[in-house]
Amino acid sequence: MRRGFLFACLLLPALLLARMLVPVASAQPVLNVYNWTDYIDPAVVERFQQQTGIRVRYDVYDSLETLEGKLSAGRSGYDLIVPTSEPSFARLVRAGALRPLDKDRIPNWRNLDPRLMERVAAVDPGNRYGAIYLWGTVGLGIRLDRVRALWPEAPMDGLDLLLKPENAARLARCGLAVMDSATDVLPSVLAWLGKGPDSTEAADLRAAEQALLAIRPHLRAIPGSGALVDMLATGEICVALTYSGDVIQAAARAREAGRGVEIGYVAPKSGAHLWFDMLAIPADAPNPDAAHAFIDFLLQPEIMAAITSHVRYPNAVPASRPLVAPAVREDPSVHPPEEALSRAFVPGTLNPAAERARTRLWNRFRAGR
Amino acid sequence: MRRALILLPPFLWLLLLVAAPVAILAGIALSEPAPGVPPFLPPVSLEAGWQGSFANLLTLAEDWYYAAAFLRSLVVAFLSAAICLLLAYPMALGIASAREGWRVPLLALVLLPFWTGFLPRLGAWIGLLRDGGWVNGVLMGLGLTEAPVPLLYSDAALYLGMVHAYLPFAVLPLTATLLRRDLSVEEAAADLGATPWVVFRTVTLPLSLPGAAAAFLLVFIPAAGEFVIPELLGPPEALLVGRALWGEFFQNRDWPLAAALAVALLALLILPIRLFQRLEDDGGSRRAASPPSRSSGQSLDMVP
Repeated sequence: MRRGFLFACLLLPALLLARMLVPVASAQPVLNVYNWTDYIDPAVVERFQQQTGIRVRYDVYDSLETLEGKLSAGRSGYDLIVPTSEPSFARLVRAGALRPLDKDRIPNWRNLDPRLMERVAAVDPGNRYGAIYLWGTVGLGIRLDRVRALWPEAPMDGLDLLLKPENAARLARCGLAVMDSATDVLPSVLAWLGKGPDSTEAADLRAAEQALLAIRPHLRAIPGSGALVDMLATGEICVALTYSGDVIQAAARAREAGRGVEIGYVAPKSGAHLWFDMLAIPADAPNPDAAHAFIDFLLQPEIMAAITSHVRYPNAVPASRPLVAPAVREDPSVHPPEEALSRAFVPGTLNPAAERARTRLWNRFRAGR
Repeated sequence: MRRALILLPPFLWLLLLVAAPVAILAGIALSEPAPGVPPFLPPVSLEAGWQGSFANLLTLAEDWYYAAAFLRSLVVAFLSAAICLLLAYPMALGIASAREGWRVPLLALVLLPFWTGFLPRLGAWIGLLRDGGWVNGVLMGLGLTEAPVPLLYSDAALYLGMVHAYLPFAVLPLTATLLRRDLSVEEAAADLGATPWVVFRTVTLPLSLPGAAAAFLLVFIPAAGEFVIPELLGPPEALLVGRALWGEFFQNRDWPLAAALAVALLALLILPIRLFQRLEDDGGSRRAASPPSRSSGQSLDMVP
């Protein structure tokens, strides 16, 4: 009895180890996808599985930090990831963590909007490593009913509403929030101050820090972007600086709940931070063939239209536009007007020292000191 | 020979799952960050030989930012452990003094929260404490307050979460110690005219000190490195070591500095453990000198 127990103690880990080291041969190919939370139409995945016979194992993250943390360790096991062009995609390209795409195996590549792809070429010359999946801006989510009730003539057309201390003080009672991301908030704050969004000047960063600290006492929370959607949708906060699609998702959820919570999105008129989420394949992906097939599948106009209709972020396949659900297609906060796009900026790449300075600044802001 | 055979499995276990990971961590702490997978240069390589540096450890010592995080973590851990100890002592004394048939069900009640996952329990606190949550609902329903009282993301919520999560770790060793204590000593004190309070203060309490120290440390050590509870319940201004480490690892992708922080935290926690061991040794020799205790047959030996 006792010997049997000891034996089991030794045998079991040995078996588990063997199981991990020896890949199990299986007839059905598997595609391991690692994507943002709430960022695809589940029916699309279902259709891909039926059409190709490839089983999709779908895993999610809610911050670029998590994605990069896993990928920098190597052997993540994922076949397809969706990093944001700046900073993660650019960094992964430089670190040699991505696999060049074989465009011959992605015939639907031609559906991509060349003007948008051009904007990503700055970090990925020749677009060798990624195709745009969805994109959006960073701006304000506003709970219109509460803000109007509290302050009928509130300036709801730009970042002044949140970043001017006197406005923040006035609205603090109904709940203000900034998403917890130095990389995705600081460029917008710098642009609002009239500085370069990529500035590494100490004086510019100090100005941004002072601007953030001035409104810090009025902030109810500095949550992750995932938690922020909930807070906005339930009406716990009424002004938030975050990703466009998150606000639009919160607005849709609030409408469904039908409790009179009315939410709108405003891109900063001072120039919006534009970002692109890229479809990319890790260098050590176990099944790059399936990943290529999946990218090609996603870039079909009707598939992209289904995704945009579902998650309310615009895509980079212009032919999908007429097929998008009308409510989403006509929503100017989903598809920003041409002139707003021309004023939007894509932040550049920072060196590690500049990154650290920004992280420090951010932590001081979080701490309120 | 047999002794060596028996010692081999735990020795291998410690080597494989404690010593080796710490050695790897220390190695990363001495390396330099570099873009790549993984994002650092190994401190020793076949071609370049030694290429590590002590810059990371120096940074920790020189930059007030990290020292402040360590200090704040130690304060939070100390207060959490102290509150747990204060709450756990009467609970443990009650359980140890209860009739034999009651002890196991009472201990089961202490352990019952572990049947639910850690995160759902924290989620429940968020649901209770948030502005639109139950507590504020009741307060506003009773007309005690007009606007919701901000309860979540405060120090109070932080300590509530810490104490709730770690209280069983304090109750168990205390109960074990109190069960093992020699009741005849207390009876003797009472026979000699001591009031119950004097008996407790001069006999029960000093005899239970090793258990109290174990209880304190079992809360203090995990609380010092705690990341999840302060993140979910605490105020955003509380930058603790856990958060600082997370920031270096995920935001700055500086694995070497994150590893250096982890090693420093480990070193910092070894100190109280050593102190505790000395206390245990003293207590042990004192216990060995006393006659075999009456209740030792049914003690719950859970002190590590």
